Amino acid sequence: MSATTTTNSAKSQVQANASGALPVGMLAPDFALKSTPDQTVRLSEFRGQPVVLFFYPADWSPVCGDQVSLYNEMLAEFQELGAEVVGISVDGPWCHAAFSRDRRLHFPLLADFEPKGEVAKLYGVYRPSDGTSERALFVINREGIIHWSYVSPVGVNPGAAGILAALEELKEGEKAK
Amino acid sequence: MKKNPSGALLSALPMPDRDHAQGPADAAIQLVEYGDYECSYCGEAYPVVKAIQEHLGERLCFAFRNFPLGNSHPHAQHTAEAAEGAAAQGRFWEMHDLLYENQGALEDEDLARYASALHLDARRLMSEVLAGTYTSRVREDFRSGARHGVNGTPSFFMNGVLYNGTTSVEEMLSALTGEAV
Repeated sequence: MSATTTTNSAKSQVQANASGALPVGMLAPDFALKSTPDQTVRLSEFRGQPVVLFFYPADWSPVCGDQVSLYNEMLAEFQELGAEVVGISVDGPWCHAAFSRDRRLHFPLLADFEPKGEVAKLYGVYRPSDGTSERALFVINREGIIHWSYVSPVGVNPGAAGILAALEELKEGEKAK
Repeated sequence: MKKNPSGALLSALPMPDRDHAQGPADAAIQLVEYGDYECSYCGEAYPVVKAIQEHLGERLCFAFRNFPLGNSHPHAQHTAEAAEGAAAQGRFWEMHDLLYENQGALEDEDLARYASALHLDARRLMSEVLAGTYTSRVREDFRSGARHGVNGTPSFFMNGVLYNGTTSVEEMLSALTGEAV
């Protein structure tokens, strides 16, 4: 992905390739997780539009804060490209609710809380050593297929350039049909 | 100032026809900052950039673009637009500096005060800020940053390449001059 080279060094690309993240071209496994203590979001509900699914290690940690804040500001751009944004971490729904309120987030954070990290494991981005997920991005197309993915070093905010490039590619693809 | 076609991606190099830039357009060393006036890290970067400009003199062209994180920083958008409003009256850098030197006082009334202090038409500036006259320009800065890989503020592009080091005079100078050699 040429668009990611401005953000991510060659070294981190190698790390990404070495990770067990589900590869491009696979059907994104469906799941249902709580977005609030009494609401559940199912991935397949988004079928028909692209979805940006991003796993991050934990609410409140500084890099996550920057990353979620950035995506929050980028929502208009993502939505212009027809996409919905969903964040996932192993934090519980009450923690997500507090974090989301604090950062004034306008997209859902899903709680991969019980059984812990189950969805992260399904996507090959669980870090058993830390008990959290990788910082992993997946762009899923309207048919539910993984179109692009990237695993960032845990301490590095991967930014939005790669996601935007992937969404634009999807939009171009739709136009060409 | 030339109008950039909406949606066109700005270069990661200073574009003196379009950007607020200091130093010769053809300087050997080109630095772009994406910043937010309410961001404390940008506040810390402000004297660092000044020191770098001082040190490199005419060898450096420095441009500032807006990257307001409005959900985290409630004053980020208005301050960015106030600086653009000052630019429309020929005093961008003076407002830019005042904002970074007074990060604790960024309410609309403070912006009006700064405009008066700079002998600008404060009424015009504030009505433009409230009318969103410069919203699209600020957004254009923001979008270009996101596409170039800005992942927080401040972010610096040195000769077009995103800088990943710390915001210190020594480290940035060495990265900048290393690039230029």
